[in-house]
Amino acid sequence: MTTTTDLPPAEPAAPPPLDAVGFARWCWRQLTSMRVALILLFLLAIAAIPGSVLPQRGTDPIRVNEWIEGNPTWGPVLDRLGFFDVYAAPWFAAVYLLLFISVIGCVLPRTRLHWRALRSAPPDAPRRLDRMPEHRTWTTDAAPQAVLDRASEDLAGRRWRVARGDGWVSAEKGYWRETGNLLFHAALIALLIAVGYGALFGWRGNVIVREGSGFSDTLTQYDAWGGGRLADPAALPPFAFILDDFRVDFERGEAQRGAPRLFEAELTLWPTPGSAPQDAMVRVNEPLSIDGAKVFLVGHGYAPEFRLTDALGRVVHDEGVVFLPQDGNLTSTGVLKAPDATPSIGIEGLFLPTAAVDEIRGPHSTFPEADDPAVFLSAWAGDLGLDSGVPQSIYRLDTEGMTQLGIEALRVGDTWDLPGGNGTVEFTGLSRWASFQIAHDPGKEPALVAAIIALAGLMMSLFIQRRRVWVRVSEASDGSTVVTVAGLARSDEADLRPDVDAVAEALGGRTSRT
Amino acid sequence: MTSASLAEWSNLAVYSSMLVLVAALIAFAVSFAARGRRVMTPELVTAGGGAPERPGPSDDDAPVPDGPGRRAGNIAMALTWLASGLLLVGLVLRGLWAGRVPWGNMYEFSLTWTFGILAVFLVVSLRRDIRWLGLPVIFLSILSLGLAVTVLYTEAAQLVPALRSWWLIIHVAAAVICGGAFSVAAAISALYLWRERAERKGHVTGIVAALPDASRLDTLAYRILAFAFPLWTFAVISGAIWAEYAWGRYWGWDPKETWAFITWVIYAGYLHARSTAGWRGRRAAYISLLGFVSFLINYFGVNIFVNSLHSYAGL
Repeated sequence: MTTTTDLPPAEPAAPPPLDAVGFARWCWRQLTSMRVALILLFLLAIAAIPGSVLPQRGTDPIRVNEWIEGNPTWGPVLDRLGFFDVYAAPWFAAVYLLLFISVIGCVLPRTRLHWRALRSAPPDAPRRLDRMPEHRTWTTDAAPQAVLDRASEDLAGRRWRVARGDGWVSAEKGYWRETGNLLFHAALIALLIAVGYGALFGWRGNVIVREGSGFSDTLTQYDAWGGGRLADPAALPPFAFILDDFRVDFERGEAQRGAPRLFEAELTLWPTPGSAPQDAMVRVNEPLSIDGAKVFLVGHGYAPEFRLTDALGRVVHDEGVVFLPQDGNLTSTGVLKAPDATPSIGIEGLFLPTAAVDEIRGPHSTFPEADDPAVFLSAWAGDLGLDSGVPQSIYRLDTEGMTQLGIEALRVGDTWDLPGGNGTVEFTGLSRWASFQIAHDPGKEPALVAAIIALAGLMMSLFIQRRRVWVRVSEASDGSTVVTVAGLARSDEADLRPDVDAVAEALGGRTSRT
Repeated sequence: MTSASLAEWSNLAVYSSMLVLVAALIAFAVSFAARGRRVMTPELVTAGGGAPERPGPSDDDAPVPDGPGRRAGNIAMALTWLASGLLLVGLVLRGLWAGRVPWGNMYEFSLTWTFGILAVFLVVSLRRDIRWLGLPVIFLSILSLGLAVTVLYTEAAQLVPALRSWWLIIHVAAAVICGGAFSVAAAISALYLWRERAERKGHVTGIVAALPDASRLDTLAYRILAFAFPLWTFAVISGAIWAEYAWGRYWGWDPKETWAFITWVIYAGYLHARSTAGWRGRRAAYISLLGFVSFLINYFGVNIFVNSLHSYAGL
C-alpha cells in the first residue's frame, strides 16, 4: 500500500488460477495490490465509526448495559457481534490485520527494489532530451568533454548521484523519498506491535482513596484492576501512599459557573516498603511516576462522615462514606452498611454540597463546592444480604428483606434518632475523596518512538521529490557544441524548473528566466 | 484597559471582521462573474488575434487582463487580508481577556478555525493567483464565524484543569491549521469536480471557465493536503501524548480520538488513491471531500452530540 507513482498501474483483475499454489499467489497479489489496500483503508474507517456512536464496554460499561436494556431487540444482537467493544472485536482486528499484511506484502518487495536502486548508478540518459517536459538547448564554444566535466562536477557538488556515458551525464536525486516512504510504513507496523506489546504486558487499576486514608499497591486494594494476558498481578511495584489533602476549586464567575478550576492531591509516599516517606503531588496533567507505574488523578467526590450508634448504644460506624457524584454540581449518592449493628442497618443517602430543593428536581445541588452541605437519608433495618454469597456493590443497598425505618434530612452536626429506637445517626462532617488510575504500559515509549519515525518518514516521502536531470552534448556542423539539459520528475507534483535552471546556469546556458 | 472593555473590543473586532468578509465575498463574486463573462464571449478575447485560442485563463499563474474583474479581485484580496487581521486582533484580545490562549471552548475554536482557513488561503495566495478560490473560502469563513457568534458564543472563562497544559497550544494549533487546510482543499476539490465535469463534456463555458484547468486544481488540492496530512499526524500524536498525561492512557478510543483516526485514515486513502490507477482524479477528489466531512463530524458532531472527554464546558 505504498505510493506507487513510479510503478506501473495494477494489472487488470484476472480470474484466479485453479491450482492451490496459483490460487495462493493470486490471493497474495490481490491482497498486496493498492486497490485492495485502499478498500481495506476505507473499511477500517467505516469499522471504527460504531465505536464512536454506541457506548463502549472499555470506557462506559454502565451505559452499555443501559443501552442493551433499553433496546431488547437489537441490544443483545449488537452485543454478540461485538458492537459494544468494537476495537477488540474480531472483525475490527481482521480489517487492520489484513491491512498490515497488505502493507508488509508491499513494503518488503519495494525495500528490495529500493536497496538495488540505491546501489546502482542512475540509468543512461534518454536519446531525445527535447521530448522531456522540462528542457533547454543552447550552443557554446566550449569542448563537449569540458561541458560534461563541468556538469558532473556541478551535479555531484550539489549531491546528485551522477553517471557518465558517451556524450551524456545522467543524475538522480531524492532517493530519501522512497526511503521515507518505506520507513513510514515500517514504523506503522512497529507502532502496531508496540501497542500490542503494551496491551499484553500492561495493566491498569482504579482506586478511590478518602482524605486521610491510604493505599498500597497490591491487587486486593484496587476497586477495579485489569491487566494484559502476560501481566503479572503479583509483581506490582510495591509503593504505598496516604492522601493527606485533596484540593479543588470551582468557577464562581457567571460564565461556566461550577466548572472545575483546580484539582490537586497531596500525598505522603513510600516508594518501597520501609523507605523514608516523602511528599508528593498529583495533579491533572501531572501524573506521578513510581517504578514504571504512573499514578493519575482521574476523579473526586465527597465522603460525608457519619457516626452510627445502634439500638444497644454501641458505635458501629464512625468514618467517611464514599458518595459517587451524579452530576456536575456533585449531587452524590452513597450507601452506609452496618451489618454488625443490632439490628443490621442500611442507609441510602443523597449528599448535596450546596443544597436546594424544588418541585421539579427535588433535592439537588446547585454548586459543586460544599457551601451549604446537606444529606437526605433513608434508613432501613433487616437483612443486608451480605451473607448470601452474591457479590454486592458497596454503592447500592439491596432493600429486599429490609424494612424502611424512615427518611430524614441532616446538616453537619445534626443527629437523627432512628424511629423505633433503632439507634442514632450523626452527620459529623465531610471530607473528600480522590480516585486514582494507576497504570503501567511498557509499550508506550516504543509506540512513541515508532510514531515519531513514522512522522519523519511521512514528511520525507511527501516533501522530497525524486527527480532526474540529464545533460547531452553533440557537435554542431560549425564546430560549436550543442548542449541540451532536461529533467524529469518521478512524481507528478514536482517542479523541475529550478533543477534544470541550476544545471543550465552552471554550464553558462539559458535558464527559464533569461 | 479593563477586562470588560477587552471583551467588548474583542467582540467588536470579530464582528468587524465578519462585515469585511461579507464585503470581500461581494467583491469576489463580482470578480468571478466578470471573469466568467469575459471568457463566455471568446470572440472579444481573441479579437485581432491570429488562431483562435482556447478561451479562459487556463494558466492560473498567467496575469489576468485588466478590467473590472481584476480590480474587484484585488479589492477582495485586500479585504480578506483586512478581515484576517481583524480576526487575529479579536483572538488576541480574547486571549488577553481570558489570560490564556483563546482555545478554551467551541466559540474560540471556531474563531481560530476560521482564522486557519483564511491563513491557509492567504499563504497560498502569496505564491500563486488563487482569487478564483476566494468565493467558496470566504463563504465558508462567514459560515463558521456566523455560527460562532450566534450559536457558540460563550463568555471567556478559565480552563478546566485537564486543558491546562502546554500541549493545548501545540495540539490545538496543529489541529486548527489542519482544519484550515482541509477546508481550503475541500473547496478546491469541489471546484475540481465541477470543472472536471465541464471538461469531460467539452463544455467549458460561463463561470466554470474562470477556474484553472482540472489538472491544476487537482495538483493544488494535493499540495495542500500533502502539507496538512503530516501536520494532522502530528496533531494526533501530540494529542496522544497529552492524553497520556491528562487521562492516563495515550489512546482510549474516545469519540474525538476515533474521528481523528477516521479522518487520518481517509486522508491516507486520498494520498494513496492519487497514485493508484483508476482512483486518481475524480475519486480522489471525492475522498478529499469525505475527509473534510469526517473532520467536520469530529469538530462539531463530537463536541455537540456525543458524550466525549473532549466535550468541554461552554460548548
